[in-house]
Amino acid sequence: MSEDHIYIVGAGHAGGELAFATRQQGYAGALTIVGEESHLPYQRPPLSKAYLKGECEATSLYLRQLAAYEKANINLLLSRRVERIERASKKLVFDDGREVTYSKLGLTTGGRARRMTINDAARAERTSNFHYLRNIDDVMAIRARFEAGQRLVVIGGGYIGLEVAASAIARGVKVTVLEALPRVLARVTAPQMSEFYEQVHRDAGVDVRTNVEVIALDFNAAGDAVTAVHCTGGVVIPVDFVVVGIGLLPNTELAQAAGLEVDNGIVVDEYAVTSDPDIVAAGDCTNHPSVFCGRRIRLESVPNAVEQARVAAASLAGKPKAYQSVPWFWSDQYDLKLQMTGLSQGYDQFILRGSMQNRSFAAFYLRQGQLIAVDAVNRAQEFMVAKRMVAACQSFDPVALADESVPLKTLAGASGSSFSLRFAHRRWPPAVSARPHCPECAYWPVWRVAACFEHAARSAVAGKNFRATPGGSR
Amino acid sequence: MTIRLNVVDRNGGEHEVATAPEGSLMETLRELDYGVSAICGGMCSCATCHVYIDPDWLAKLPERQSDEGELLAELQFRQDNSRLSCQIQLQQAYDGLRLTLAPEE
Repeated sequence: MSEDHIYIVGAGHAGGELAFATRQQGYAGALTIVGEESHLPYQRPPLSKAYLKGECEATSLYLRQLAAYEKANINLLLSRRVERIERASKKLVFDDGREVTYSKLGLTTGGRARRMTINDAARAERTSNFHYLRNIDDVMAIRARFEAGQRLVVIGGGYIGLEVAASAIARGVKVTVLEALPRVLARVTAPQMSEFYEQVHRDAGVDVRTNVEVIALDFNAAGDAVTAVHCTGGVVIPVDFVVVGIGLLPNTELAQAAGLEVDNGIVVDEYAVTSDPDIVAAGDCTNHPSVFCGRRIRLESVPNAVEQARVAAASLAGKPKAYQSVPWFWSDQYDLKLQMTGLSQGYDQFILRGSMQNRSFAAFYLRQGQLIAVDAVNRAQEFMVAKRMVAACQSFDPVALADESVPLKTLAGASGSSFSLRFAHRRWPPAVSARPHCPECAYWPVWRVAACFEHAARSAVAGKNFRATPGGSR
Repeated sequence: MTIRLNVVDRNGGEHEVATAPEGSLMETLRELDYGVSAICGGMCSCATCHVYIDPDWLAKLPERQSDEGELLAELQFRQDNSRLSCQIQLQQAYDGLRLTLAPEE
């Protein structure tokens, strides 16, 4: 038996956190992070904000500086891609053909920018002024073009697109935002919020156009630059550069090719364990059970990446703890600090507290009376209260929510104190002991799989010790 | 040039940390293996870099801005000497600064 060596594939926020958290859990064996980029694990949120505006340097984005990795004895294999995972022999095969053996594996492969599918997209991607935005190199190229008077078309009116627009207009760039849906932020927020953000951007000088699809692009004679964007309705917009922000695709191909269960993300249980008990996964790439939502979800969020990575680390160290958290997000545009908690999809009531005109308000989303999400703009204090209120999974009086003379805190007062208590009334997921389990090893690998996926795959390996999750018994 | 910080971890352990007097206090604390998680990276959005400043030092630091005060106001483990370390820019004068890491919420 070779020595323990945990490999972490993916050097983003989740990967960096997973490595350090695994050390904090007491794992003393060899530990290596593998990343495709040349950078140490770094924070992505500033890429469309401070870093794009040139207000900070790449090294200040790093989660930790190199010395911290050396001190924690974490190896970094950067500018290196894992070609495939051979689970039967527990091997990773790199792009240069080299192979290593892992004892346990962490997949923190994140996601990549969704690419445009129009015919001209492939050609545009070979030009120098057509950009997606996901990593430091993308942003270096974009911000080099931020000069007063340059014409930018942002394709996509989501958070990335709008943050790029806000950063660009601050540098004197002429910005047009094109959104295919009838409103910006349509997937994530209420029409009232979309209208507010559209107005804010228009007031700042951004040309926001909704219900507009891009159908073709024009190129210069040399073919090395996009010169105009053709939209539905015959509109043609001349451009100096284009930034596309139309969503993220989870990087699941490596897991899928290795035979792990994948379904809009790498399928993991509440312990961040994949359908192979020796492989955990965390961050944007995972499809995980959310106790809070009562269903499986995939999140694109830093808090999720960090907190799920810690859960994954606990599993790697053999001290599993269940992942129970309420999603939250933030977005900074202009002078607006937007903080969001919960998921608003499926709401049937929208309550506004405060004034959109004054740029300070909180929006409450209710479903059948229960508070499921809050968006707070320039209301940090109420946001902190709202996090507790949303986590409580309770009903609140809509009239009181809208009434600024009633401090939010007094409404939240009765909310429970700990997650487990707050979630106690929920029926999903059922307790581990209530679930069907593998008769061979008592392992509950994946939610919807009643018996041990892994055991069946490896049944030929006699005497293999499978790790049992807590609550398991033979 | 470096300055020394006296950091008390969440288990009461005391550490002397040498750091350059630049950047935010949070950036130094997140390098420590017992340090702060600083999820939002210094945007004053998450309050996961919460520390207690030694009372003798409190008055020597610049006052809280409104965002910081608002986030702190609702924390379970808030004390009068609570600060968000991302909002404190290190400088030479802070040599010897003593602080305690607040429990995670």
